[in-house]
Amino acid sequence: MNIVDHLEKLDRRIIFLLVLLAVIIPLLLPIGFEIKVSEPVQKFYEAIEALPPGSKVLISSEYDPATMPEVYPMNQALAQHCFKKDLRIIGMGLWPQGIPLNQASMEQAAEEYGKEYGVDYVNLGYKAGGIVVISAAAENMPNTFPLDYAGRPIEEFEIMEGIRNFDNIDLIVSLSAGDPGVRHWVMIAQGRYGKKVAGGVTAVSAPAFYPYLNAGQLEGLMGGMKGAAEYETLLEASGTASRGMDAQSIAHGLIIFLILFANLFYLLGKRRKK
Amino acid sequence: MMEIIGIWMAALLTLCILSFLYKDNPFYKFAEHLFVGLSAAYWAVYSYFNILYPNLIQPLFGHGQLLLIIPLVLGIMMVMRLFPKVGWVSRWPLAFIVGSYSGYNLITYLQSNALEQVRATLVPVIQIESWKNLFTNPGVMTFLNAIAAPVVVVGVTTGVIYFFFSKEHKGVFGGFARIGVWFLMIAFGASFGYTVMARISLLIGRMYFLLHNWLHLI
Amino acid sequence: MKKQIPLIITFIAGMVMILQFFIPHRPFSDLQQLFNTWFLIITVFAMILGLGNLFKVHTKRLQRRPKGWWYSIVLLAGFAIMFIVGMIWGPARGTPFDYLFWNVHLPMSSMMFALLAFFVASASYRAFRARTPEATLLLVSAILVMIGRVPLGNYIWDKLPLIGDWIMSYPNMAGQRAIMIGIALGIVSTSLRIILGIERTYLSGK
Repeated sequence: MNIVDHLEKLDRRIIFLLVLLAVIIPLLLPIGFEIKVSEPVQKFYEAIEALPPGSKVLISSEYDPATMPEVYPMNQALAQHCFKKDLRIIGMGLWPQGIPLNQASMEQAAEEYGKEYGVDYVNLGYKAGGIVVISAAAENMPNTFPLDYAGRPIEEFEIMEGIRNFDNIDLIVSLSAGDPGVRHWVMIAQGRYGKKVAGGVTAVSAPAFYPYLNAGQLEGLMGGMKGAAEYETLLEASGTASRGMDAQSIAHGLIIFLILFANLFYLLGKRRKK
Repeated sequence: MMEIIGIWMAALLTLCILSFLYKDNPFYKFAEHLFVGLSAAYWAVYSYFNILYPNLIQPLFGHGQLLLIIPLVLGIMMVMRLFPKVGWVSRWPLAFIVGSYSGYNLITYLQSNALEQVRATLVPVIQIESWKNLFTNPGVMTFLNAIAAPVVVVGVTTGVIYFFFSKEHKGVFGGFARIGVWFLMIAFGASFGYTVMARISLLIGRMYFLLHNWLHLI
Repeated sequence: MKKQIPLIITFIAGMVMILQFFIPHRPFSDLQQLFNTWFLIITVFAMILGLGNLFKVHTKRLQRRPKGWWYSIVLLAGFAIMFIVGMIWGPARGTPFDYLFWNVHLPMSSMMFALLAFFVASASYRAFRARTPEATLLLVSAILVMIGRVPLGNYIWDKLPLIGDWIMSYPNMAGQRAIMIGIALGIVSTSLRIILGIERTYLSGK
C-alpha cells in the first residue's frame, strides 16, 4: 500500500478529531468574521418591521432539541424583535418538543421588554395532525385550542379576546425542522387562506423552500444557524448563532479542504492506474 | 443547586453520546435507551395535556359533546392493532386518517406545489433592465443577474422533462432531460452544502454548551 | 366487510376534504371542522399504538433476556420516571417535567444529531469524488454554497457570498422547483388513487 492508498483510507477517527478541533478552537479564540445579511433574511426582518404595534404574530414551533442550535436562536431573535416592536405573539407547535423551546424564547424576550403572559404573549401548545391542525385552527382557533399548553382556559387571556380564526392573525411564522412544518403552513395558511407566512428552517431543508420564496408564497426565509446569525446582526443583538459563525467558517473550510484533498489523491490514483 | 446538578447531568449525558465516536460502548447504549424512553414519555404527556384532555376528555365528559364518542371509539379501534386477532378493526380509523390526508394533499399539493410553481416560472426570459445593467456595468454579478431568468425557465422546464418517465430519454427529449439532470445536480450540491452547514451548526451548539455552560471557558 | 367499509370511509373522508375547498359552506364546512377534530384525536391514538408496540418489544426482551437486555430496563425506567413526573406536575415551565426535558432529554437529543457532523465530514472525504461531469457539477455547487454561505467566504472574496446566494436563488431554485412539481403530481395522483379505492396497500396486513 503506498501513500496515496493510505491517505484515501485515512482512519475516520483522525477526521473526527480534526472536525472537533475546527469547532472548538474558534469558539475558544474567536476571529470575528463579519456577517453579511442575505436577501431572504432581510425580507423576513422587513415583514416584521412592516407590522404596526399591537399586531398579532403567530409563531409555530416545529422543531426539537436535535435542531435547537439552528432554530432556537431564530426563535429567540424573533421573539425579541416582536416585543421590541410591541407586537403580540401567539405561540403554538406541531411538534411537542418545540413547545418549551418557544415558551423559553418568549419568556426571555418578555423579561427583557417587560411583557406579560396572557396579555402580550401566549402559548397554545401542541396538536398532532400537521396540515389538519393548521386547517382546523384557520377555521376556528378557540375550538382547536380550548386550553393553553399548561392547561389554562384561553378565555382567561386578554390576548385571545376577539380571536376567532386566521382573519385575526397578521403574520404567521413557522420555525420548522421538517414535516409537518413550513411546507404545510404555505399550503394551507397561504395557499388557502391567503395569510402572510414566513419561515425559519434548518439548513438541511432550506434549499427546498426557495421555490416558495421566489413565487412569493413565503414573506422571508431564515436558513440554519447562519440565517439566525444574520437576523441577530439585523437586530444588533449578539446571540449564540453569531458567536458560532467563526467555528462554522473554519469547519466549512476544513471540509472543503478534505474534499479537495481526497479528490486530488483520487485523480492521482486514476492517472497512475492508466 | 438544582441548576448545577442539571448542567452536570446534561454534560455527562452529552459525553456519553459523544463517546460513540470512538466506538459503540455501554455508556452510549445507556444514554440511547434512556433517550428513547424519555422521548416516548414526553410525547405521551404532551399528547394527554395538549390534545386528549382539551379536545376529547373535557368536551366529551365535561361539556357533553357526545359526538366525540365516534373518534374515541375509532381511536380505541386503532390501538386494537396490538392484538393480532382483532387487529383488522384498526383499518377503520386508518382509513379515516388516510382518506382525510389524501383529500387535503390532493388539493393543496396541486395548488401550492404544482400550479403556483408553474405560474411563478412563467416570467419573461429576457429581463431588459438586468441586461442594460450588464452592458453599463459589466461584471460577474451583473452577468449572473442577467442570465437568472433564462436559467430559471430552462432549469424548471428541463428538470420536469427529466421526471417525465413515460417517454424514453432519447434524441432531443433526452438532451433536454440531460440538461435537467445538470440542474438537479446543482440543487443536490446546494442541498449537500446546506446539510454540512446544518450538521456543523448542531455540533457548534453542543460544544458551546460544554465550553460555556459547563466548563465556563467562554 | 373487512375491506369494503374502510374503502367507503376513505372515500367519504377524502371527498369531504376535497369538496370543502370548492364549496366552503354548510354542510361541507361543518363536516370538515368535525372531521378535523376527530382527526386530531385519532392521531393521538396512533401514537398510543406506537407506545404499545414499544412496550411489547421491550417487555419481550425482559422475558427472553438476550444480550444487552438490561438496556430495556433503562428504557422502561426512563419512560416511567418522565411519564409519572409529567402526569403529576404537568408540562408547564418550571415543573420537574420541564427540568428533565432541559437537563436530560435535550442534551442527549442534541448530541445524537450533532454526531452527524463527524459522519458527514468523514463521508465527504471518502465518497465525494468527481467521477463524472454530473458529480463534478454537484461537487462544485456544494463547495461554492458551503464557502459562500459562511463569513469566511466574504473574507476570501467579497463576491463569493453573492455567488452562493445566486446559486441558491436561481439554479438551485429551478432544480428544487422541478422536484417539487414532480413530487406534487405524484402525490396528487396517489391521493386520487387512494380516495377512489384503486390504491389499497395501506389496508394490507392483519
